[in-house]
Amino acid sequence: MTASDARFPTSAPSRGPRALIFETGSPESRCVVAPELDVPEVPLDTVLAGCARAQAPALPHVTEGEIARHYHHLASMNFGVDSGSYPLGSCTMKYNPRLNEDVCRLEGFAGLHPYQPIETIQGALGLMVGLSDALAEISGLPGVTLQPAAGAHGEFTAMMVFRAYHTAMGDPRKRVVIPDAAHGTNPASVAMAGYEITTIASDANGAVDLDALKAALDTDVAALMLTNPNTLGLFDPNIVAITEAVHAVGALAYCDGANMNAIMGKTRPGDMGFDAMHINLHKTFSTPHGGGGPGAGPVCVSAPLTPFLPGPLPVRLDDGTFSVGWTDHSIGRVRSSFGNFGVFVRAYAYILALGGDGLRAASEQAVLSANYMKEKLKGTYPLPFDRPCMHEFVLSGARLRKEHGVHTLDVAKRLLDYGIHPPTIYFPLIVDESIMFEPTETESLEDLDRMIDVMLTIAGEAASDPELLHGAPYSTPVRRLDEARAVKQPDLRWRPPSAR
Amino acid sequence: MQFSPVSRGHRDAMLRAVGATKIDDLFESVPAAVRLARPLDLPDGLSEMEASFALRALADANTPATALVSFAGAGCYDHYVPAIVDHVIRRPEFFTAYTPYQPEVSQGTLQNIYEFQTMICELTGMDVANASMYDGATAFVEAALMASRIKKRHKVIVAGSVHPEWRVVLRTYAASGNIEVVTCPVENGVITAATVTALIDDSTAALLVASPNFLGHLEDLASLGEAAHAAGALFVVSVNPILSGVLEPPSSFGADIVVGEGQPLGNAMSLGGPGLGFFACRTAHVRQLPGRIVGRTVDVDGRGAFVLTMQTREQHIRREKATSNICSNHALNALAAAVYLSAVGVEGLASVGRACVAKAHYLRDALLATGAFDAPYEAPFAHEFALRYMKDPASMHAEMLRRGYLAGVDLGTIDPGMDGLVLFAVTEKRTKAEMDAFAKEVASL
Repeated sequence: MTASDARFPTSAPSRGPRALIFETGSPESRCVVAPELDVPEVPLDTVLAGCARAQAPALPHVTEGEIARHYHHLASMNFGVDSGSYPLGSCTMKYNPRLNEDVCRLEGFAGLHPYQPIETIQGALGLMVGLSDALAEISGLPGVTLQPAAGAHGEFTAMMVFRAYHTAMGDPRKRVVIPDAAHGTNPASVAMAGYEITTIASDANGAVDLDALKAALDTDVAALMLTNPNTLGLFDPNIVAITEAVHAVGALAYCDGANMNAIMGKTRPGDMGFDAMHINLHKTFSTPHGGGGPGAGPVCVSAPLTPFLPGPLPVRLDDGTFSVGWTDHSIGRVRSSFGNFGVFVRAYAYILALGGDGLRAASEQAVLSANYMKEKLKGTYPLPFDRPCMHEFVLSGARLRKEHGVHTLDVAKRLLDYGIHPPTIYFPLIVDESIMFEPTETESLEDLDRMIDVMLTIAGEAASDPELLHGAPYSTPVRRLDEARAVKQPDLRWRPPSAR
Repeated sequence: MQFSPVSRGHRDAMLRAVGATKIDDLFESVPAAVRLARPLDLPDGLSEMEASFALRALADANTPATALVSFAGAGCYDHYVPAIVDHVIRRPEFFTAYTPYQPEVSQGTLQNIYEFQTMICELTGMDVANASMYDGATAFVEAALMASRIKKRHKVIVAGSVHPEWRVVLRTYAASGNIEVVTCPVENGVITAATVTALIDDSTAALLVASPNFLGHLEDLASLGEAAHAAGALFVVSVNPILSGVLEPPSSFGADIVVGEGQPLGNAMSLGGPGLGFFACRTAHVRQLPGRIVGRTVDVDGRGAFVLTMQTREQHIRREKATSNICSNHALNALAAAVYLSAVGVEGLASVGRACVAKAHYLRDALLATGAFDAPYEAPFAHEFALRYMKDPASMHAEMLRRGYLAGVDLGTIDPGMDGLVLFAVTEKRTKAEMDAFAKEVASL
C-alpha cells in the first residue's frame, strides 16, 4: 500500500492531518455558556486600575460536538500503550491499569485544595505516607520525598541534597562523575545543580570501568551518578566495589532509577551502597506517560541525607494520625505543594494491587521477556554486549547499514507500518546504530513473538529492498517529516488572519 | 492482581528458550551479597475490588474543598471544568502515549501542543510558548535561569509579593550558585518601581514579579517594566491565565518572559498537582527557551504536520549544555487546558474572569460590612484579596469548617509575618447566596 492508494481516499475524515481547532467551527459556535451574573457587575477598567483587556485573545469558537470530533481525530493519529506493542527502551511503557484512572478522580482526592486544614486531608496524607514507606522498602533507602515532578527533577533534587550535605559537613565539593552511557538528563541535572561534570568511559563489557572511576575520584568529587541496571540493560557486577570506591573519597553514590522495573524485590539500590535514587512512578509503577507527562520522580535517600530533603513531608504521628513536617536542614522546595498528588494516587493503587510478591513477579517477567527477545534477535541484529540482560537490551543496526545502507532510523520507521512503536534508537550513544528494546512484563508471548517476527522480516526487507525501508513509513497518518524545515523556518504558533 | 498476560506455560517455554532452568538464572549478574534474600515487606496484593475499596476509604477520609463552600486560592483554584475536558483527556490514545518522539504516530499530541502554544501566546500576548512545564513555580525559576543565560548576568530580583512557595523554590534552585536572588520588599501589598530602581544594577539579569501577586493585588507592571529595562534587565511576569480574558496581557507592559500556573484552566486541584506551568517569551529569545517546543512543517508528501523542534536546546542532545534538564512536559494537563479554552472560548473566558472579579469585590464589601474584618491594603485586585480578621483566624477557620465553609487561607500558617490575615479567592462557582450566608455566619462568631 502506498499513500496514494486509490482505495483509501486521502480526503476520508479519519486519515491524515486535520484543520486546527482555530480553523474549526464558526464565530457563532459556543460550547459552554456562563450563567447570568448574580452579583452587580463591576466597572472593570476602574477596579483593574486601567488594565482591563483592550483586545480579546483569539481563542476557538466551537461547539461541544466540534470539540469532541476535533480531539477524536487527533486521538486517532496517536499511538499509545493500548494501540499496540511499545517496547521503548528506558521508558517502561507498561499497561496503565484503569482502576488507577478512576480512583485518582474520586472527589475525595481530585477536589482537595493544598491549603486545606490537616484534619481534612488525613486520607491524602495517609496515602502519601503509605507510598513513601513502600518506596523506601523497595529501594532500601529510608528517607523519601515525593515532591519532584519527574525523573530529571528528582536527579536535580538529589544533587541539591548532596550539595547541602557536603556543605553541612564543612566539605563542599565541585564535581560529579557520570559514565558515558548515561541518560542526557544526568549531566543536565548536574549542571543545573552547579557542579562540573567528569565523564568516564565504559569498559569492554559495557559496565563502569573501575580503573577509570578510581582515576576520576578525589576529594573534589561530590558524587557518582549511575544507572544500574545500566542503559545497556546490564546489571553492573562490580556495583559494590563501585559504591565503596565512591565512599572512600567521601563522595556519594546516586542511582538513576529509570531501570527499577528490572529489580523490584530482587535487589535494592540501598543495599548496593547507593545513597540516593529517584524512582519514575510513570515507568515502574504504571502511571501513564500522558503524551509526555505528568509523571512523578520521588527521591529516596539514606538516613544521613534525610535531614536535607525538601518539604513539606507527610508524616505519621504517634497517635496514628497524619501531619506534615519539615526536616531540620531542608534544602527548601523544588516545586509548589506536595508534588503530583494525582500521580501518587495511581502509583499507590498499583502497589496495593500487586503487593510485594506481585511487584517481584512483574520484574521477573520483564527480565524474562527481554531475554527472550534478545535471544531471538541477536543472530540477526548484533548484540554488542552478549550477557544475560535485565529488562532491556541494546542491539546494533550497524550490520544493516554496512551491508544494505539501511539505518536504524529506517528500521524504526518501518516498524510503524507493522503497528509496532519503535524501540528507543540512537541511545545509548556508545553503541553504533543502537536499538534499545524494553518489552515490559505486560506484553504477551504472542506479542513478543510478533515483534520478533517483524524485526526479522524487516531485516529481510533491508536485504531485498532497502529503498522500501528508506521510504517508510507508508501507513501512518503522516509520513516522514521535514524536520530541518521546522528548524529553519520556525512555525511555532497559529496566527489569526487579522494578525498576519 | 497481576497485569502480565504471560501464562505459567509460556513462562516455562520462554525460560527454556533462553537456556535458563529458573528465573534466578537471569539475575546471576546481581552479586549474591546484594540480592534480596527475603520477600519485600509489603502487604499481599489485592483484587481490583479490594484495591478500589481501599482507595475509596482513603478518599473518604478527606473532606475535599469541592464539597465545601470554598474561598481558598493562593495559587490553586476551584473553577468549573466543562464535562468535555475529562472525556478528552481520558482517551487512551492521549494518556497512554509517550513523548511524541515518533511524529508519524504522534500527530494528536503534537497538534494539540501546537494549539496549546498558540493559546498561551494569545493569552499572554507573547510571540512563542513552550509545550508546558511541571508547574508555575518551576516555570518561574526557569525564567530566572533563562534570563541569566540571555543577559550573562548573575543576579535576579524577585518581588517579595510573589507566592512564598515560589520564592522558596527559587531560593532552593539558587543554592546551586548559578544565580543570586535578591528580594524586593513589599510596600502596601505591592512592590514599587522606586524600590526596584534602588536594588537593580548592571549585574541584574531580571526582575521577576507576579500580577496578580500572592495577595491578589495588581502590580504596576508599566513602571516596573520600565525600571527593569532601564537597568538592561529582562522583565519576567507571572500571570493567572483565568484572568486573561479581562486583564491586559503582560506583553503590553514590556514583559520579556511570561509564565504562570495553568491549573485554573480545566485542571482539578488535586492537592496542588499535577497542574502545569506555562512559559512564553519573545521570538528573539526562543533559542534559550527551556523545554519542548512543537513546530509545524510538512511530511514527504507535502502534507502539513507537526514535530518537536529546536531540540538542540534540550538535554538529550546537548547534555550539560542544555537550556534545562527538563525531559518531560505536563502534556496531559496542557491538553486539558487547551480543551478548556476551546470549550469556554473567548467570550466564556472573559465572562469567567468578569464573574470572578465581580464576585470577589462583592464578597470583600460584604465581609468588611460585617465589622469583623478590616482592610490592610487598598491596592487594586482582581479575584483574590487579603483582609485582617479582628479575632483569631484559626478558630474562625475551624468553626466555619464545621459549618461547611473553607474560609480562605489563613496566611499566618504560611508566613508568621502575615499573622491575622486571611486570603480569600472567589471563583465563578460561588453564588451570591453562598457569599451572603458566609458573611452572615462569620459575623455571628
